[in-house]
Amino acid sequence: MSEEIVLTVEDLIVEFPTRKGILRPVDRVNFNIKKGEILGVVGESGAGKSMCGSAIVGLIDRPGRITGGEIRLQNERIDNISHERMRKIRGRRIGMVFQDPLTSLNPLMTVGEQIMETIRVHLKISEAEARQRAIAALEEVGIPAASSRVDAYPHQFSGGMRQRVVIALALAAEPELIIADEPTTALDVSVQAQIMALLKKLCHERGTAVMLITHDMGVIAETTDRVAVLYAGRLAEIGPTKDVLSNPSHPYTIGLMASTPSPTGSTERLSQIPGSMPNLRAIPQGCAFNQRCTKAISACFKHLPILEPVDKTDVACWLYDEAYKDEAAEQSKTQLKEGA
Amino acid sequence: MLAFVIRRVGEALLVLFIVALVSFAMFKFMGDPIQSMVGQEATLVDQEELRERLGLNDPFPVQYVAYLGRVLSGEFGISYRVGLPVEEIILDRLPATLELALLSGLIAISLGIFLGIYTAIRRDGFVAHFIMTTSLIGVSLPTFLIGVFLIWIFAVELNVLPSYGRGETLDVFGVPLSIFTLDGLKSMILPAVTLGLYQMTLIMRLVRSEMLEVLRTDFIRFARARGLSNKAINFRHALKNTLVPVITVTGLQLGSIIAFAIITETVFQWPGVGLLFINAVNVVDIPIMSTYLLLVAVIFVTINLIVDLLYFSIDPRLKVGGGSKGH
Repeated sequence: MSEEIVLTVEDLIVEFPTRKGILRPVDRVNFNIKKGEILGVVGESGAGKSMCGSAIVGLIDRPGRITGGEIRLQNERIDNISHERMRKIRGRRIGMVFQDPLTSLNPLMTVGEQIMETIRVHLKISEAEARQRAIAALEEVGIPAASSRVDAYPHQFSGGMRQRVVIALALAAEPELIIADEPTTALDVSVQAQIMALLKKLCHERGTAVMLITHDMGVIAETTDRVAVLYAGRLAEIGPTKDVLSNPSHPYTIGLMASTPSPTGSTERLSQIPGSMPNLRAIPQGCAFNQRCTKAISACFKHLPILEPVDKTDVACWLYDEAYKDEAAEQSKTQLKEGA
Repeated sequence: MLAFVIRRVGEALLVLFIVALVSFAMFKFMGDPIQSMVGQEATLVDQEELRERLGLNDPFPVQYVAYLGRVLSGEFGISYRVGLPVEEIILDRLPATLELALLSGLIAISLGIFLGIYTAIRRDGFVAHFIMTTSLIGVSLPTFLIGVFLIWIFAVELNVLPSYGRGETLDVFGVPLSIFTLDGLKSMILPAVTLGLYQMTLIMRLVRSEMLEVLRTDFIRFARARGLSNKAINFRHALKNTLVPVITVTGLQLGSIIAFAIITETVFQWPGVGLLFINAVNVVDIPIMSTYLLLVAVIFVTINLIVDLLYFSIDPRLKVGGGSKGH
């Protein structure tokens, strides 16, 4: 795998002005994705996962906008360029796959027309050539009898097949980066694995970087190289998938792991994280997770933690800070006693 | 699809059958036709003889079937007032109404769709807000008032457009039409605008709300994510998806433009069937009234049939055997 970095997101802030004040669904998020790498982005609903994806392609719904940080594609900034230049990047250099394949396609156009349209917006080729490429794209995503199915309408495909078409559309102009926003959530379980395997295979062959947004830890474990955990718009932990999954450091990630059923089939009752994610209007001072965190120390209620390397991952948590090590140790001791 | 067409044609015929019943019943229940036909000196015996000769003593169903037979062979009776066959009188007036309706329909549809798209895309703009507010006037003011206003401004004050009549006409295949002469066209502008204004604002508001609906859908978002231009998204993707409801309403509106041009034709003294009808009502000329009723029904039913067929050319999901997974 090459070390070339395709996408860099630095201190990204997305804000929505509302009558009751400014909301921040994405708050100083940092990550990058290398060529051919699959980065998983996990978090609860409303944690800012999809908003990150929308920010990268410049499709945040009004009145929201990027108010801080940088987004760079191959070292070019793309967060402050004109709409017209951004439009030429969308689809050409960054492809997107959305959650619901049933509603992602225009019901009144054949899938071939939609693929050809995408190709011809970005590449100067003839209609006949575009048609050939559309058929090839459908074949590549495993649509049987692609040369005749190219003239079929979306409603003539099943859900899984439609998501294949959506993937073909996202990959049609051979982008460097794919942002897949919950691509399998709306599909049958039996089809989910097929679609993920397909996405993984195609991106691997082409060296396409993937940002995979999901809340399914199973998908994360199977598909991704690295994983970023978002909580209330902030990055809690980021690192190689196997390290985050087997040895999580942030209390939120630990809780998330404990609440995911293990494939080894232990029949113990799953634990859950008490409480729920704070409303964007009422994010507490300090660490956003402090009210639900069982290990919270005094610093957690005062200062915003920043990402620091812990073991093999980067974690935003005061428990691992040198200055608070002693207090943290004290805290866990008393908790152990209480538990016993 | 053939089965669908046959079913719709069957339904249309049923509607026409019932309307024919109503229009026939007008003869029966709106005064005694014999009274309007015979002179004052006619004796009761004379009247009874005439009644028998015209078959008016036959049972209702028998009379109705006889009426249907005459209608189907193109005989609609003789106007009480003018004394000419009704079909001749109406055919003579129909071109004036049709060309007026067509022009105002054209204005309503083209302007309505254009402004609808504009106000949907620029929904926060000042101009869009202005158009939306003014459109309320078009919806809420009665047609005759708008007509009178337009006459006052353009015919009386500015004196640039004629306020009544068809102006100069040009015969096209023996049919006199105003639309091809400058004078005739000038005469058409005010009545056409008056007639089409309400429909225009209605179509505009419908297109706007449908566009806003479609622009929120996932496939528009996905189309943006594919890097399509705004033009392609707004017109190729969004507009086409708004067309089914728009065509339904537009079709019905076009029908009512033709059928209910009565008020506008009265205000502008436009010699069309609407004006003919209102004059017929004044003198209780029942053959003309009942034939007009039939004509309106035929126009509505035909337009509806065309609208139903248009759905098929727009929405592939409606085609029979189009796949199993449609919703």
